Amino acid sequence: MLGVLRGMGITLKNFLASYVLPRRPDSLETGGIVTVQYPEERLPEKENFRNFPFLVFDGTVDNIRCVSCDICAKECPPKCIYIVRDTDSEGKPLKRPKVFDIDFTVCMNCGICEEACPFDAIFMDHEFEIGGPERQKSLVYHRDDLLKSTAHFQKIRPTDFAAIEERRKKDAEKKAAAQATVQAAAQPKPQTPPSPQP
Amino acid sequence: MDPIFVNSKKALLNLFSAFLPDWTVVLVSIFISIGAIMVLGPFTMMYLTWFERKLLGRIQNRIGPNRVGIFGLLQPIADGVKMLTKEDIVPEGADKAVHLLAPIAIVIPSLLVFSVLPFGRNMTAVNLNIGVLFFLAVSATTTLSIFMGAWASRNKFSLLGGMRSVAQLVSYEVPMVLSVVPVILAAGSLSTVDLVESQGGWNGFKWFVFTPWGFTAFITFYLSGVAECNRTPFDIPEGESEIVAGFHTEYSGMKFALWYMAEFMNVFTVSGLTAVLFLGGWQGAPGLPSWAWFFIKTYALVFVMMWFRGTLPRLRVDQLMGLAWKFLLPLTLVNIFVAGLWFFIPDLRWRVGTAVALLGLTFWALMALNRTALPEKRTYEFAE
Ligand code: SF4
Ligand code: SF4
Repeated sequence: MLGVLRGMGITLKNFLASYVLPRRPDSLETGGIVTVQYPEERLPEKENFRNFPFLVFDGTVDNIRCVSCDICAKECPPKCIYIVRDTDSEGKPLKRPKVFDIDFTVCMNCGICEEACPFDAIFMDHEFEIGGPERQKSLVYHRDDLLKSTAHFQKIRPTDFAAIEERRKKDAEKKAAAQATVQAAAQPKPQTPPSPQP
Repeated sequence: MDPIFVNSKKALLNLFSAFLPDWTVVLVSIFISIGAIMVLGPFTMMYLTWFERKLLGRIQNRIGPNRVGIFGLLQPIADGVKMLTKEDIVPEGADKAVHLLAPIAIVIPSLLVFSVLPFGRNMTAVNLNIGVLFFLAVSATTTLSIFMGAWASRNKFSLLGGMRSVAQLVSYEVPMVLSVVPVILAAGSLSTVDLVESQGGWNGFKWFVFTPWGFTAFITFYLSGVAECNRTPFDIPEGESEIVAGFHTEYSGMKFALWYMAEFMNVFTVSGLTAVLFLGGWQGAPGLPSWAWFFIKTYALVFVMMWFRGTLPRLRVDQLMGLAWKFLLPLTLVNIFVAGLWFFIPDLRWRVGTAVALLGLTFWALMALNRTALPEKRTYEFAE
């Protein structure tokens, strides 16, 4: 009996408070309306948000980092990545994809492609507003739809970008150093085969 | 301001009587009243859905519909269009004719009861001398339609919902009718118009709810009324989480909308009748027109019903039946006795004293007798 009245009091308090208190989407305790009127208002994006992968390129669109090694396509749990390696005019395979399709109707945003890629070529985006008028074609994103610059990556995930750039620079230095020693070693004794790169 | 509707009807009739024979003018008069009700009923229903969604939204710290029109005011129209264009699915094993008839049949009593509600001074469509009885009898037939729909759907959930509905409505009909008795005793009439007029004293504030028996009857009548319209917390016939949607599981499109229409019109009419019986109907301070008083009171009661819905969880079937038979019924019976004594005892102090004492005692006794048996508190020796 009393419990009912107390409950009615709480709902009435919330009802009235929703007109009086300022709207604050962040705190549920204080009362007041918590709804965000989505298309007009948005919550600030969280840096750690992960959705739908994209391919990065350095500088220009021709400089795709992806070397078409097919690792992500093999690792992708729902198998929604489809890659065809590019070839030059003589049919020699090139280190870049000719076709790189991701079916976003199938992609489950697990982020495994990003983890698996040894060349830092594919990353998870902040994109969530995708849609299409039908189920088969419009949500299959092709290579050119997926390409985004490193600047975009830096914008949406600055912390990750900094860490990855650091690592890449170190790797590059190490590689250069190894190259140098190999070359130095190769000068006096040309018959020894170059040691495999780390 | 007050007789604006009455005068406009008169003006219309004068217009017609200029070139129509007398007997057709009577027909026209009837059709104007019917037309007003036929517009008011569905219109009320449409905006009650909007009102409910707004209110529940606010209770839950949301905004509610705000996309179609300003404040979402066109939302009911958008819903109506959606309902009309939806596919009408009839289950294969259903009794097609009854399945179609049930939602139509339920709207009729819900509209009929509008005819005896006094919306304002001289604004009753039909001044029946058995108005209250008519209201209660006609609104009780909704059970039949609900059961028709439930049975014709050939679905276990629907049938369960229909059965529950019959059990609930039959039970709550008893305290509902019994709580009207003291009011009828006081007014000496069954006509809704007379009932309102008998509450006219004290500058329009001599409402029955201000007497001890009136107050008790108001509470019991209102609670039974909420149960009669299948509203939360008494909505076991449609309990979404238990039996999907009860009697309207198998309904879609406009037929489904008709069920809802009946429900919301019942909400309005039951609140209206409560206002008429206990809150003085269109009586009130002279500043406002009489129909405004009626609508203010009715919408206040509708608000409380929706407030219930925003607050209370659904009752269990046994709790529901217990409330009707073990609490409301004895209380209303005692209340009739108290009301009788009230008119028997001449001295004001004595009659208020006896009434309050008797009702308080009954309330306390019923609370004590109905206390749920709580199991002894257990201690768990090894739990910590
Ligand atoms: S996020 Fe997961 S599912 Fe989507 S493409 Fe990458 S590996 Fe496949
Ligand atoms: S995105 Fe990475 S893992 Fe996938 S094919 Fe390109 S380089 Fe290989």
